Amino acid sequence: MKLKTILLIALLLLLILLPSFGGKYLLYMAIHILILSVFALGFNLLLGYTGLLSFGQAGFFAVGAYTSAKILLVIPSLLLGTVVGTLAGGISALILGYLCIRHTRIYFSMLTLSFGMMIYSLAWKWREVTGGDDGLVGIPRAPLEIPGIFSINMNPMENYYYFVLVVSVIAIFFIYRMVNSPFGLTLKGIRDSENRVAFAGVSIRTYRLLSFVIAGLYAGLAGSFLPPLENTVTPPIAHWTHSAEPVMVTLLGGIHTFSGPIIGSILFYIIKDLIVRFTQYWLIIFGSIVILLVLVFRGGVVVFFSENILPRFIKK
Amino acid sequence: MLEKLLFQSLIGLSLSMYLWLLAAGLTIVFGVLGVLNFAHGSLFMLGAYATFTLYGKLGLNFWISILLSLISVGMIGAVLERFFFRRIYEIDLPYQLILTFGFILIFDDLVKMIWGGVAMIPPMPSFLEGNLAILNRPYPIYNIFIIIAGVVVAIVLWLLLEKTWWGRMIRASASDREMASAIGINIPGLFTTVFIFAAMLAALGGALGTPVRVVAPGIGTAMIIQAFVITVIGGLGNLKGAFVGALIVGILTSFGILLFPVFELFIIFVVMAIVLLIKPEGLFGK
Repeated sequence: MKLKTILLIALLLLLILLPSFGGKYLLYMAIHILILSVFALGFNLLLGYTGLLSFGQAGFFAVGAYTSAKILLVIPSLLLGTVVGTLAGGISALILGYLCIRHTRIYFSMLTLSFGMMIYSLAWKWREVTGGDDGLVGIPRAPLEIPGIFSINMNPMENYYYFVLVVSVIAIFFIYRMVNSPFGLTLKGIRDSENRVAFAGVSIRTYRLLSFVIAGLYAGLAGSFLPPLENTVTPPIAHWTHSAEPVMVTLLGGIHTFSGPIIGSILFYIIKDLIVRFTQYWLIIFGSIVILLVLVFRGGVVVFFSENILPRFIKK
Repeated sequence: MLEKLLFQSLIGLSLSMYLWLLAAGLTIVFGVLGVLNFAHGSLFMLGAYATFTLYGKLGLNFWISILLSLISVGMIGAVLERFFFRRIYEIDLPYQLILTFGFILIFDDLVKMIWGGVAMIPPMPSFLEGNLAILNRPYPIYNIFIIIAGVVVAIVLWLLLEKTWWGRMIRASASDREMASAIGINIPGLFTTVFIFAAMLAALGGALGTPVRVVAPGIGTAMIIQAFVITVIGGLGNLKGAFVGALIVGILTSFGILLFPVFELFIIFVVMAIVLLIKPEGLFGK
């Protein structure tokens, strides 16, 4: 068996068995890692595979989170909240993406930034709908149910953990199949040589838009996981500094590897958890790590590991 | 009614000049060095904190406090350029942006560590207190001071760039880095001076703002985004554009607060998006 497969199975086993030995806090962390992974994987479909750096993903994340929160406050159905939240992220990405993909490079980044901040200012100021800077509170962790067929109580942390885990794994599997399909290859082709792909008769815009919408769906899904976990949503999740999070973890893990965003998300929370034990000012250290990453190992941790560390063990 | 509009424009004008101080440095760094510096807002914040400490806490003379703040933030800028920014001029956009973002994280937490996380209100120098009657309405003297400062900075910048040897070298290397290097301009050294200068401009904005604004850890990330809007509207790297962009954003914001108090922030991002969609190189871009 290949090393990759062994690692993957080990990781999955660990995740499945986590509730049997981990406490509530560990599960809470794991859910956050899964949320960030899904968020960053969608983001990296744009950056790593399509070559577009979005600085407004937090906007779609927030649309997903606020939509699912609004639904859960009215109809306590986890499934409905998640599905509609995800779709809301995708639909807003379709509308705004239609405009954003007219540009590439820095102009694309600035456009996504401006749309993301529009969503932020709505979340912050449109008090009647979003609750303003207090956000929405008292969101229930509604049961997972299809009326008349089954109903699972989501109040225990481990049940909600399993829900997020299963949905995330399915989402990750989907995007894995996607990037290894002709669709993914076309995206990479556009990233590397726009003109050649255009000459082959492919509509560049359609592919960029599709990639944007999928990234929006994933941001929406990640966002809709959040309200049932925290029981509240607040405007900072739409702020541009939150858009920087998937950028950081993706670059940390590695932009040109599929697992990069996931590894980056895991490292992000592990690093945070380790440093916070010593000082509350963990961002000083994390910022330094980010700077070191750019200056020293720009390929990301996954590439660094598989090129520099792994070969030493395999040679023996 | 006309008087009210005029007066509101005057309020907006002082906001514009305040934003201009911030956007000028960001624009110069992008125009010459080619890096969009997210951390520019953090340098602004450091300038505000330095002035707050020197003037508000230690009770030094207002002007000496500002001068010392500019020097210290300039020195931080020198370190940033010499050891970090210099290495990223040639690399891909995402890495550039995230390096500058790393500095935001560091400075934000550093500020919290040194000064604490709460917002503080610095004292106002006595000569800036009070109002002047303009159009039969009280107009703060401080606002007049900011407008004068903004105009002075604009004139000084113009003179520096157009009339001095240093300015000529900057313009030469901004339009063709290799050619400028070939005719003997020391590009790395020049870039360091440009970055220091921009850092000091940011600090000046922060320092002059302290008498009326709160000083808090988040002001860097809040301000930098306004500066982005301005530079995008005027054209990335275009100083004249940044000046006009600052006028537009400042006046729009002051009317926005008056007319649609809920959506004033929303509106300036709409303007930013419209400019990007219709004329991505900005109103004054080539």
